[in-house]
Amino acid sequence: MIVNGQRETLEAPISVTELIEERGLRPERVAVELNGDIVPRNKRSEVMLHDGDTVEIVTFVQGG
Amino acid sequence: MSTTDNGATSQDNAEPSLDELVGTATNTAILPEPDAHAYDSIATGESDPLILGGHKFTSRFILGSGRYDLNLIKATIENAGTQIVTMALRRCRTTDNNLLDYIPKGITMLPNTSGAHNAKDAVRIARLAREVCQTDFVKIEIEHETKYLLPDNRETIKATEILANEGFVVMPYMFPDPIAARQLEEAGAACVMPLGSLIGSNKGLRMRDFIEVIIANAHVPVIIDAGIGRPSQAAEAMEMGADAVMAYTAIASAGNIPLMARAFKHAIEAGREAYLSGLGTVTEGHAVPSSPTNAADYLH
Repeated sequence: MIVNGQRETLEAPISVTELIEERGLRPERVAVELNGDIVPRNKRSEVMLHDGDTVEIVTFVQGG
Repeated sequence: MSTTDNGATSQDNAEPSLDELVGTATNTAILPEPDAHAYDSIATGESDPLILGGHKFTSRFILGSGRYDLNLIKATIENAGTQIVTMALRRCRTTDNNLLDYIPKGITMLPNTSGAHNAKDAVRIARLAREVCQTDFVKIEIEHETKYLLPDNRETIKATEILANEGFVVMPYMFPDPIAARQLEEAGAACVMPLGSLIGSNKGLRMRDFIEVIIANAHVPVIIDAGIGRPSQAAEAMEMGADAVMAYTAIASAGNIPLMARAFKHAIEAGREAYLSGLGTVTEGHAVPSSPTNAADYLH
């Protein structure tokens, strides 16, 4: 699995919610994209991630 | 200019007419005797709102949130009197000390698409930004390189059309080409945001002649987005009829950031009021007397 451009090994499938929790991120501050499609907030607990998936987790930073 | 998407002017609303308060631009001598606070509603924007995608704003100052100490953001926003703050979307490593924790409630968040090289990237970033903060506002920025950071008008028009159709309030950063400005309007932009000079250059309105053409022909607000380096330049932009000014570098590079934010607020309000008042005529090669010139009344 590739998360934010970094290759990682996924032992077993996990949900998007679990991935956010595992990284210590606040779910209300991020958006998640799975293989190019947004995972809506209300689907995060049911959408499962598998090895081979590409995930982007994004948030807001300062910028003009 | 102050128009909504459907072309209705803000004066069509039931609010106090601006004309009632300021009289005509050419004959202020016939004003009824105003009380001292007759113009307060203009200064506060209540009778002269900036309308973007049907949303009303009383401030005409959009503030960039970049690069200064997060602890200064609240004071800077308050001193600026701003209601719209821009931000960027990036990969998330931590949500500790997140920018959104420092933005006061009630501020409209304006995510930009910086990092986008084409329309497809910009659309992707805009959708993700909407997912983070549930806002429909997006400032499109499509740039190919980091030396000049010039916007790609053609890709920006493409992205504007796609995002406007998805219900976004699209605010496109653009090179001040009047033809592109018209095409952005046709594509559904809520405003156009021409650059005054290169981003972060503090050089002011180097593109003035072309921005004037855009302002003269626009049916959506014209917001000067880049290069405004000092309050006098912001006032100049507003005097010539810009609907709002966005600034960041001028404020972030000041010695006292919140104080400079306040200076910009005053300059933008002053420029707007000057524009509404109607500037005097410029003369060339001769003076215009400001005292009576009847020869018979002189003491000699």
